[in-house]
Amino acid sequence: MPLVKAGRVVEDRFVRVVDDAAVPDGAAAILPAARFLADAHDLVLRQAPTGVVWPNDRKVAELAPYLDWTAVVALVFPTFRDGRGYSQARLLRERYHFRGELRATGQVLRDQLLFLQRAGFDAFELMKDADAAAFAAAVRRYSVFYQPAADGRASTLTARLARVPQH
Amino acid sequence: MTSPLQQKLKVTGPVVITANRLGDGAVVYRAADGTWSKDLAAAAVVTTTPAALELLGAAISDKLVVVDAYVAPVEVTPQQRVLPGNLRERIRCSGPTVALPGQG
Amino acid sequence: MYVYDDFDRTLVEERVHEFRDQVDRRLSGELTEEEFKPLRLMNGVYLQLHAYMLRIAIPYGTLSSDQMRMLAHVARRYDRNYGHFTTRQNIQFNWIKLKELPDAMADLARAGLHGMQTSGNCVRNVTTDQWAGVAPDEIEDPRIWAELLRQHLTLHPEFSFLPRKFKVALTAAAHDRAAVKVHDIGLRMHRNGAGETGFEVIVGGGLGRTPFIGKTIKTFLPKRDLLSYIEAIMRTYNQYGRRDNIYKARMKILVHDLGAEKFAREVEEEWQSIKDGPLALDPAVVADIAARFRYPQYELLADNPPELASAREDDRFRFWLDNAVSNHKIAGHAIVTLSLKPEGGPPGDATAAQMDAIAELADRYSHGEIRVGHEQNLALPHVAQRDLPALWRALDGIGVATPNVNLISDIIACPGLDYCSLANARSIPVAEEITRRFRDLDLARKLGPLHINISGCINACGHHHIGHIGILGVEKNGEEYYQVTIGGRADESAELGAILGPAVPYAEIADVVEDIAAAYLELRARPDELFIDTVKRIGVDPFRERVYAAR
Repeated sequence: MPLVKAGRVVEDRFVRVVDDAAVPDGAAAILPAARFLADAHDLVLRQAPTGVVWPNDRKVAELAPYLDWTAVVALVFPTFRDGRGYSQARLLRERYHFRGELRATGQVLRDQLLFLQRAGFDAFELMKDADAAAFAAAVRRYSVFYQPAADGRASTLTARLARVPQH
Repeated sequence: MTSPLQQKLKVTGPVVITANRLGDGAVVYRAADGTWSKDLAAAAVVTTTPAALELLGAAISDKLVVVDAYVAPVEVTPQQRVLPGNLRERIRCSGPTVALPGQG
Repeated sequence: MYVYDDFDRTLVEERVHEFRDQVDRRLSGELTEEEFKPLRLMNGVYLQLHAYMLRIAIPYGTLSSDQMRMLAHVARRYDRNYGHFTTRQNIQFNWIKLKELPDAMADLARAGLHGMQTSGNCVRNVTTDQWAGVAPDEIEDPRIWAELLRQHLTLHPEFSFLPRKFKVALTAAAHDRAAVKVHDIGLRMHRNGAGETGFEVIVGGGLGRTPFIGKTIKTFLPKRDLLSYIEAIMRTYNQYGRRDNIYKARMKILVHDLGAEKFAREVEEEWQSIKDGPLALDPAVVADIAARFRYPQYELLADNPPELASAREDDRFRFWLDNAVSNHKIAGHAIVTLSLKPEGGPPGDATAAQMDAIAELADRYSHGEIRVGHEQNLALPHVAQRDLPALWRALDGIGVATPNVNLISDIIACPGLDYCSLANARSIPVAEEITRRFRDLDLARKLGPLHINISGCINACGHHHIGHIGILGVEKNGEEYYQVTIGGRADESAELGAILGPAVPYAEIADVVEDIAAAYLELRARPDELFIDTVKRIGVDPFRERVYAAR
C-alpha cells in the first residue's frame, strides 16, 4: 500500500496503534478515534508526532480542540463510492484550519486523486502501485476548476474576472 | 439488478450463461468451449444448479471479454431448438419489440 | 443560449482525455468493472439490455442548430440513426460501442456537448422549463442561474460521490413547467415585497419507489447567496444521506426522516459559516456568465400578420396553430412545439435525418436555437409569426407537426423493457397502441389537455406519479401488468396520482385508457372542465367503478 506525499512514494513513519496496544515511546503513532479522544490529555504531552484515524460517520468537529497538536488525521473511504470523507476533509481544512497531514485511506484509487487533493488531502494511501506511479499525471489531469475548494487552485469564479473581458 | 454472484440460483429447467460483450455491449451466450457467441444456438445448455454455477464462475472470471454474466432460462423445443425462456431474454436475443425510428 | 469560453471548452476536452484513458485502462484490465462502472456512469454511459447507452446533457434543454447537427452525426456514425429525448431534457443513444465512445465524446466536445454527470451519484442535468427566456409569464431568464449552478456542481470535488443521484430544477414563471416540486432541490424565482428577485428553495421532492412532493425550507434566498446555500444543502446531504441502502439514499428520504424543519436548521447552521466566503456571488461573476448568453436580435413585428390570417383558412394549419404554437414575450413572435409523438411511433425519438432537418429549420426560422422539453418534445423558441405557415409545411413534411401537443396522445414514456435492464415491462408499445386508439384528433381535442406518463418500472423515469393518467409497468408471474393512477400533476399544484384499481395485463391496458377517457367525457361538468379538474372534483371512485365494472 504505497503512501504518496508531496507527489512521491514515501515511507510511512507512523506506527498504527491497534485497539488497546501500548503507544510506542518516541515513535510517530496513529491511534483509533476512541482511543485518541480518551487519551488526548496524555497524548498532547508525547515527544513524538501523534495522529488519529477518524471514521467517516463521525463529525470532525469533535477533533477541533486537538487539531493544533495533531500531526496526522487519517480519513477513511470504506469504498471509493462513499464520499463522506471529502466533506470531512474540507471542513478540517477550511473550517477548523487543520495544518497537519490529511491522509486518505481505504479504497483510494487513481481516478479520485484530484478530487481528494482538491478536498484538502495531502497524503494518499493508495491500493495499487500503478496508481502511485501515476500520481503526478492524475493530479494534472485538469487545468480548469469551476469551484474553489481546499487546495487553493484558482477557480473560474476568480479567473474570469481577472482576464480582459472578451465576448 | 441482483448481481449474478448474489443470484440465489435454483435451476429448474434448461439454462444458459449470458452476458454483454465488454467492447460493444452486444448480447452474447457462452458456448461449451468457453467462447462467446451472439447466436443463442451456439450456447451451452445445462440443466442442474452445480453445472450452471460452474459455467457462471468461469464466465465471471472472463473479465476482459464480457460484463454482467448471469444465468438465463431457455426453452428447448422438441426439435432441440434453443429459444429464450422469458420476455426479457426474448428482447435481449432479438432486439426491441418495436420498430426502430426511421424503419417504419 | 450560453456560448462556451476557453475555460468551458478546455474542461470538456480534458474530460474527454480522462475518459479515453479510463476506457483504455478498462479494456486492458487495469481497471476492474467495479472500479470502472462509477467512472463511466459519471460520463453518462450505461450498460443496457442490448448495448451501451450514452446519455448526453442538454443543459436546461437549450441546443444550437450546430449542436443538433452534431447529435445527428453521432446518431449516424456511432449509433443506429436515431436518438431519444428524455424526461430530463437529455438525449440518449442506445447502441453505442464502448470502444468507440472516446471518439464519439471527442466529436461531441467539438460542439460543446458532453455526457458529464448525466448518470451516477452526482448532480445531474440542471433543468428548467423549455420556454425559458421567451415565455411571457417569466420574471427573468432562469437559465443564467441554471448555468451558474451547472458550473458550480460540475466535477465538484466534494460532491462527486453522493449517497445517490441528485436532481435540481428551476422555474421563473408563475406556471411551473419545470416540475420543481419533484426534484431534490427545486428553485422558484420570484419577487419579494421589496421587488427584489430571489429563490424559494424547495427540497426533498422526487419520484421513484417512494415519491415525495418537496418542502420549502427557505421562502426567499437572495441571488448573492445561491451557490453558498446550495453548497450547504449538498454538504448536509453528503454527510447524512444514508449509505447503507440504495433504496433509502435519496435526499427525499433524509428530509422526510429528519423532518423539513430539522433539515432546514442543519442547512442553515452550515450555511451561516460559509455564506460570506468565496461562494458569495459577486454581481460581476453573474454578469460575466450572462454576457455569454446570446439572445436574438428580434425583428420589430406586429402580432397576427396577414400571412397568418389567410393561412388560418386551412383547417389542418389552423388545428396545428391552435395546438402547437404558444405566445412569445416579444410581439410578432411565437414558440413552436415540435411533436415527437407520431401515431404508432415511439415517443420522444428523432431520426438523424429529422435532426438535420430541424437544425436547418432552426437556422432559417428560430435564430439557430432549439429547445428540448421534459415532456419529450422539441421547440423552436424564436419564430416570427409570419413564418408559421411556411414552417408548418416543412415540419409536416418531416413528421413533427402532429397537432397533439398536451393531448392524450402526447405521451411521456421511458424506454422500458425494450431497452432498459431495470424495467419490468415494456412502455413503448403501450404508448404506441394508445396513440393508435386516439388517432382521431377530433376526439383528442375533445378530451383536452391530458398527460399520460408511462414508466416501465418503479424507478419512475416516465414520471408516472405526476401523470394525469399514470401507468406503471409491473411483473406478475412473468407477465407484464400495468398499475394505473389518475390525478397526478407536476406543476405548482403538484400532486401524486391515486391508484385506480388492480393492475391489468398488457392486452388490456389500452382498453383501460379508453375507458378512463370515456368516463371523463361522461362525468365532466362542462366541456371545458379539464380531466385533471374533474378528477379533483369527484375523486377516483367514479372512474374506478366504470373502468373496473366489467373486469
